[in-house]
Amino acid sequence: MTLTEFIFGRLDWNAIPYDPIVQLTFVAVALGGIALVGALTYFKLWGYLWNEWFTSVDHKKIGIMYMILGLVMLLRGFADAIMMRVQQAIAFNGSEGYLNAHHYDQIFTAHGVIMIFFVAMPWVTGLMNYVVPLQIGARDVSFPFLNNFSFWMTAGGAIITMISLFIGEYGQTGWLAFPPLSGIGASPYVGVDYYIWGLQVAGVGTTLSGINLLVTIIKMRAPGMTMMKMPIFTWTSLCTNVLIVASFPVLTVVLVLLSLDRYVGTNFFTNDLGGNPMMYVNLIWIWGHPEVYILILPLFGVFSEVVSTFTGKRLFGYTSMVYATVVITVLSYLVWLHHFFTMGSGASVNSFFGITTMIISIPTGAKIFNWLFTMYKGRIRFELPMMWTVAFMLTFTVGGMTGVLLAVPPADFVLHNSLFLIAHFHNVIIGGVVFGLFAAINFWWPKAFGFKLDPFWGKVSFWGWVVGFWVAFTPLYVLGLMGVTRRLRTFDDPSLQIWFQIAAVGAGIIAIGIGAFLIQIAVSIWKRDQLRDFTGDPWGGRTLEWATSSPPPDYNFAFTPVAHDVDAWHDMKARNYQRPTAGFAEIHMPRGTGAGVILSALAVICGFALVWYIWWLAALSFIGIVGYAIYHTFDNDRDYYIPVDEVIETERKREAQLASLKA
Amino acid sequence: MASHSHNDAHHDGHSHGSMKSYVIGFVLSVILTAIPFWLVMTGGLESRGWTVAVVVGMAVVQIIVHMIFFLHMTSSAEEGWTMTALIFTIIVVVIMLAGSIWVMYHMNTNMMPGHDMDLMSVPQ
Amino acid sequence: MSTITLPKDRATFHLPEEPHHPEGHSTMLGFWIYLMSDCLMFAVLFAVFAVLGNNFAAGPGPKDLFELELIALNTAMLLFSSITYGFAMLAMVKNNSRQVLIWLGVTGLFGLAFLGIELYEFHHLIHIGATPQRSAFLSAFFTLVGTHGLHVTFGIIWLVTLMVQVHKRGLTAANQRRLGCLSLFWHFLDVIWIGVFTFVYLMGMI
Repeated sequence: MTLTEFIFGRLDWNAIPYDPIVQLTFVAVALGGIALVGALTYFKLWGYLWNEWFTSVDHKKIGIMYMILGLVMLLRGFADAIMMRVQQAIAFNGSEGYLNAHHYDQIFTAHGVIMIFFVAMPWVTGLMNYVVPLQIGARDVSFPFLNNFSFWMTAGGAIITMISLFIGEYGQTGWLAFPPLSGIGASPYVGVDYYIWGLQVAGVGTTLSGINLLVTIIKMRAPGMTMMKMPIFTWTSLCTNVLIVASFPVLTVVLVLLSLDRYVGTNFFTNDLGGNPMMYVNLIWIWGHPEVYILILPLFGVFSEVVSTFTGKRLFGYTSMVYATVVITVLSYLVWLHHFFTMGSGASVNSFFGITTMIISIPTGAKIFNWLFTMYKGRIRFELPMMWTVAFMLTFTVGGMTGVLLAVPPADFVLHNSLFLIAHFHNVIIGGVVFGLFAAINFWWPKAFGFKLDPFWGKVSFWGWVVGFWVAFTPLYVLGLMGVTRRLRTFDDPSLQIWFQIAAVGAGIIAIGIGAFLIQIAVSIWKRDQLRDFTGDPWGGRTLEWATSSPPPDYNFAFTPVAHDVDAWHDMKARNYQRPTAGFAEIHMPRGTGAGVILSALAVICGFALVWYIWWLAALSFIGIVGYAIYHTFDNDRDYYIPVDEVIETERKREAQLASLKA
Repeated sequence: MASHSHNDAHHDGHSHGSMKSYVIGFVLSVILTAIPFWLVMTGGLESRGWTVAVVVGMAVVQIIVHMIFFLHMTSSAEEGWTMTALIFTIIVVVIMLAGSIWVMYHMNTNMMPGHDMDLMSVPQ
Repeated sequence: MSTITLPKDRATFHLPEEPHHPEGHSTMLGFWIYLMSDCLMFAVLFAVFAVLGNNFAAGPGPKDLFELELIALNTAMLLFSSITYGFAMLAMVKNNSRQVLIWLGVTGLFGLAFLGIELYEFHHLIHIGATPQRSAFLSAFFTLVGTHGLHVTFGIIWLVTLMVQVHKRGLTAANQRRLGCLSLFWHFLDVIWIGVFTFVYLMGMI
């Protein structure tokens, strides 16, 4: 080993991709980055960002940071999507398209990984982080520092994944990196290693945040809020976090075993010496199926809140909704084999998992009916959150039905790995998770920032997404039924081209939806005074988060509220609730800390070093992580009191705000 | 349920046990470890199945002993949430273990025709 | 077990006195839930061992490799460390920090002995050619037992950290809570070891 090899591992100048598309992207990102850093420096915002945001342990700010992370990564993930659609639309009649195989394979891998782990997960986690403590009348989560640390680990995983774009390569294996393709023999370079360490670093954050929110919901609920008086979004968040805590460890271990195969030469998933690649597929789907319910359950909660708020009625069948959620939680552990019916476990095993899969549609269907019955004879206000909800109900039901179709093993033998499957899961993930997130963003934005989102651009975004979705994915259903498999780069049959061209147009319409969403945010900030809401309760809300001001003060509630009803705030309003104006006391709050940023930065360095075989740096940064964590336990300065004067002042301003409304 | 337990003592619904409970737990563990080791080291029972049953049975009992005497599990700690979490975990573990073994057994049988699996598993 | 009396009056929306969340009131539950997720990690490793544990690839099997005397000794070390940790907890309840430190030290030594024996076993196996790369059985064996060993290693690092903490700051509420968490962790590793010696070593030798 030469000295250069010792210092840099396998990192050398060849690691810089010479693909012109990547180089142009790099130039654009670098210029944008320099502009951003310059602007932050010019306006002297670094101190503000560091003190008020990066080191904050306030669940509201951490929630917003998660949402921003998800949005940035959405743009990256969508860029991958549209590149794939364009490639597939033109690669006919002998044309190779514009992406070579090495680049194309990285794109479909990165698209899946980023959309699931770094868009959907941060958005869902951010939403729960922001809303759950407010809904249960708490001042923060149970472990505020851990919350900050979790966010930075998730961001660290995203950073490792993004580095792969410009230094080295990403995996070319598909988003679950099945061996033997992801083994060291078939994927000798750094792509799979980036995949592994990006997910491992982010996985630490996800698991810890799951534990944190779970304990928060169990221990921090307002007095009077029994389990069966919890808002439905809190219930679905509880179940989601149970799933996170009880499934992410499986992913962690599977990836550890894959890395042992790659780094140490063990034989878990190799084809030699008794290894079995099928075991990897089996294990990763034991995590993978609960994962899809981790994503969708909180959004079921969002739709429930939105439907009852915008029809002005109590949610129909609250109890059945709770039971349906719990049943889905447990059943999600009994269906994983439906992802690999064709791998050959035989009729008895396939029948069992086919039937359990179909059973899941029963509680899910019950939910749809609950929402319909809530709307029945209600005074529906078609504001943006409600529009997204109706679009969800129409779209998701179709996706659910194609899912039940795929749950029939004989049908799955025909449709497995085809574009029909691609259409199905985009149908439920876009139609369910993404639509739900947009409903949630439009619904809770006024709570977070004190002004509503602009409805015009919101509607443009809505129609862009809904129409774009159907135009983009209906052709894939058709192609899948014709037998076209996924992840193909070029095509021989010219009759297929028209369908891919329609799909590309659909992706373009979705791009309009995304662009309109960005414009919606910008326009809303611009016109914030016109869109301002002083009531703190712009939609006629029903749960406790609407009881406080918008944005809520650091301490959320000056007095911890008492809940007498599922719709606690609705109940308070109905009983002529009066804001307390005296008797305030100082409030005990956790203090911000930079430890989360530092630990996560060390983790990113460690991951990068492991990817490139820079062993000394990996060892050093790992020791740094352990050492800094120990050092942090000696830091006793973790909390402070908001003085009573400050509380009185904040509450007085709020009082004046409300009084100005009456005037 | 208001979920705000006030324990001014240093523990939060978790007991730290007593000298008596630790000693009982220790003695039981020693017995429950010694028997299976002795059984296997002396060649086991007549029937292999019974040896396996005794060894596994002892392990299960010892795990319960540890849970009660060392980890101080009670159904009332943390208002029952620790017990709930434990039961849920056991369910998931059983699903995962039994499911994986079942699924992979069928995969091996169906997908490796021609291979004599018995030959592969004979140690040299 | 709540000590707060809820207002009977449904029009009362605030308590006269704020509900008080003592520092760290959720820590034990949170740590328990972490242990449950750790338990699932071990469950996956056990599942891998169960599925791949018979794939010897014409290499050595359990009966060629394991020495139960050594494993019995190792088990004894862990069992002793469990009860000495219990004594440390009892000393903590009596608020005797000197005794706590002594018993923690003893526990740490038993833990080190356990690790030493395990490392000796691993070294011996690798020396005779039974490396983790040799077969899927050995990969699964080394990873399962090694993961447990890594947990013990971190337990010892944690234990030493807490000894410093207790020495510097005494048995503060925070340190008592940390000792409680490590107690759960340490005894939890014992429970995992019961699974290891039963399913890996004893069942392999039957």
